[in-house]
Amino acid sequence: MIAQSLADLWYGFSVALQPHNLMWSFFGVLIGNLIGVLPGMGALSAIAMLLPVTYTMHAVPAILMLAGIFYGSQYGGAIGAILLNMPSHPPHAVTCLDGYPMTKKGKGGTALGITMIASFFAASFGITVMVFASPLLVQIAFKFGPTEIFSIMLLGLLAGSTMSRGSPLKGVAMTVFGLLVGIVGTDVNSGAQRFTFGFTELSDRVELVALALGLFGVADFLRSVNRIHFVGNEAKVRLRDMRPSKAELKQAFAPMVRGTLVGTLFGAMPGTGPTITTFIAYALERRISKTPERFGQGALEGVASPEAASHSKTQVDFIPTMSIGIPGDAVMALILGALLIQGIQPGPQLITEHADLFWGLIASFWVGNILLVILNVPLIGIWVKVLQVPYRYMFPCALFFISIGVYSTNNSLFEVYEVLFFGVVGAVFMALEFPVAPILLGYVLGPLVEENFRRALLLSRGDLTVFFQKPISLGFMIVCILLVALQLLFGLRAALRKRKPGGLEAGLQLAHGSSTEED
Amino acid sequence: MPRRPLVNRTNRDYFAGALMIAIGVAAIIGGRHYPMGTLSRMGPGYFPVALGVILALLGLGIAATARFHVREGEDAVLPPEWRGWFLIAISIVAFVALGKYGGLIPATFAVVFISALADRENSLLSATILGLATVAVCVVVFWWALQMTFPLFGWGGA
Repeated sequence: MIAQSLADLWYGFSVALQPHNLMWSFFGVLIGNLIGVLPGMGALSAIAMLLPVTYTMHAVPAILMLAGIFYGSQYGGAIGAILLNMPSHPPHAVTCLDGYPMTKKGKGGTALGITMIASFFAASFGITVMVFASPLLVQIAFKFGPTEIFSIMLLGLLAGSTMSRGSPLKGVAMTVFGLLVGIVGTDVNSGAQRFTFGFTELSDRVELVALALGLFGVADFLRSVNRIHFVGNEAKVRLRDMRPSKAELKQAFAPMVRGTLVGTLFGAMPGTGPTITTFIAYALERRISKTPERFGQGALEGVASPEAASHSKTQVDFIPTMSIGIPGDAVMALILGALLIQGIQPGPQLITEHADLFWGLIASFWVGNILLVILNVPLIGIWVKVLQVPYRYMFPCALFFISIGVYSTNNSLFEVYEVLFFGVVGAVFMALEFPVAPILLGYVLGPLVEENFRRALLLSRGDLTVFFQKPISLGFMIVCILLVALQLLFGLRAALRKRKPGGLEAGLQLAHGSSTEED
Repeated sequence: MPRRPLVNRTNRDYFAGALMIAIGVAAIIGGRHYPMGTLSRMGPGYFPVALGVILALLGLGIAATARFHVREGEDAVLPPEWRGWFLIAISIVAFVALGKYGGLIPATFAVVFISALADRENSLLSATILGLATVAVCVVVFWWALQMTFPLFGWGGA
């Protein structure tokens, strides 16, 4: 078993190191890093913007590039958080708490260096878990029929909408809204045109890129115009500042390992967002620290642990996405959408049928993470400059790239209107404090959920209890019920007693206000 | 002390719930136009109507629990940005309209120029410069390098 995995991994490296694939991987990492550094832009907008480019590409380089964008932009986000106190992406809000004080103390370079080491360590660990856990999961997943698939999708959707921050009811409502958006178009079973409002352009579903860029690009600009005020600073980071001392490395090691484990654990659970993961990693460090008062004043542990958590989670997240077809969060939903567009059905058969894709992707994670480290050493000076691009120049250009990017997906101007529509819808939802990320999850899974629901009930002749009769399906259903019961319990408890706002909650508020790309 | 916004901390969840109920009811009404079928043989209308019912119920739940929704701190008082919102929306409409009747260059300039004016710190001059710079990048990247099928200038529909 283990030998087989290692042999497969070896094969994966041969795929990932092909010059053509390597080039796209490098391109993805570079662009992801650049966009991640830009204020107000995160992994979601970066992937959505470059998704149209992949439509004409072969599946393997396309996915390698998108994955590269993902972890590249994550790393870029940490740079903004540490040097400018600007979480361009909420999972990094917690990095600001200690990263920025370190910059103020002149230790910004060290914080970046530690982040780099922690990210690489955590990513490597996550990849290892993926290599050995995926084949195991696949053996179970082969037993899945429509009934089981529907149950696990229900679990994924419920978890995705309730485990993020904010009101769980609102999260579930947004998931249902996403499912409704996913219905728009031609019904595969009957050929009926559903909710197309007479637009022939809509008969082929709402465009994924338009939806994602509307919700995470345009809506965000509508929310932040004239409200993000750029605070320039004179952060100067030189190469040699980035090398942490031996004592600092020793200090950061244990938090790094703990953060990695937290991230791995949460990555394996479908639906837990990255923001909640980083906050839990931070809270854990503060809880067990002998000197909790240092946190918020520039504690190295407060940077190492959450960054490690976010990177190991990123890698482990790919497991359920690729092997069962259940994306853990909105970014994974986009990558799943990209796979579907390529005509690749994620699921247990993916690893055997598209071995080059699966193992190539895993190997490329390593290659990409090494590229990221190599890239960031010389380019850090440029990233610092990019960070200083004022928002007022950035967003008009981004709007142009959004418009042309959406147009180029199908050479259709109608889809540019879709972006505007979802931008406005997203801004309204955000103003009412709805989380918008579950919409994307619902949209991508929508057709699969409906299809499997219909099939399961066709097989059971309309007997709804079928979901509780098959053992695997029953297991998922029990977890679903537990999840809902727990949420009810938490809700009741919160309503009954008045909580005292602590530092962490204040931090969460900060994360909520600053940007919208969450979980 | 600025005036409280129309939607604020105390009533936000009522608006949120009402909106979800409205969308849910719309989905039910829309879904009723398609054949429903039975549970064992679902028609195209079944799933949308079911989702509509769930969404409306969730909306009720959101509105009903609004009172218990514990929440600390004051509303951050953010004045509405009507001008900014309007200009950003218009900039995308301008991109589509000019893209259809004028070509890539006017469309690019319009989307950047108009949306740049949404930010109060941008002047007419800086918006113009930003627009021209983006046009230059656009021509090089999308027209020359990527060979996109979008005429630079056109008249009367591409």
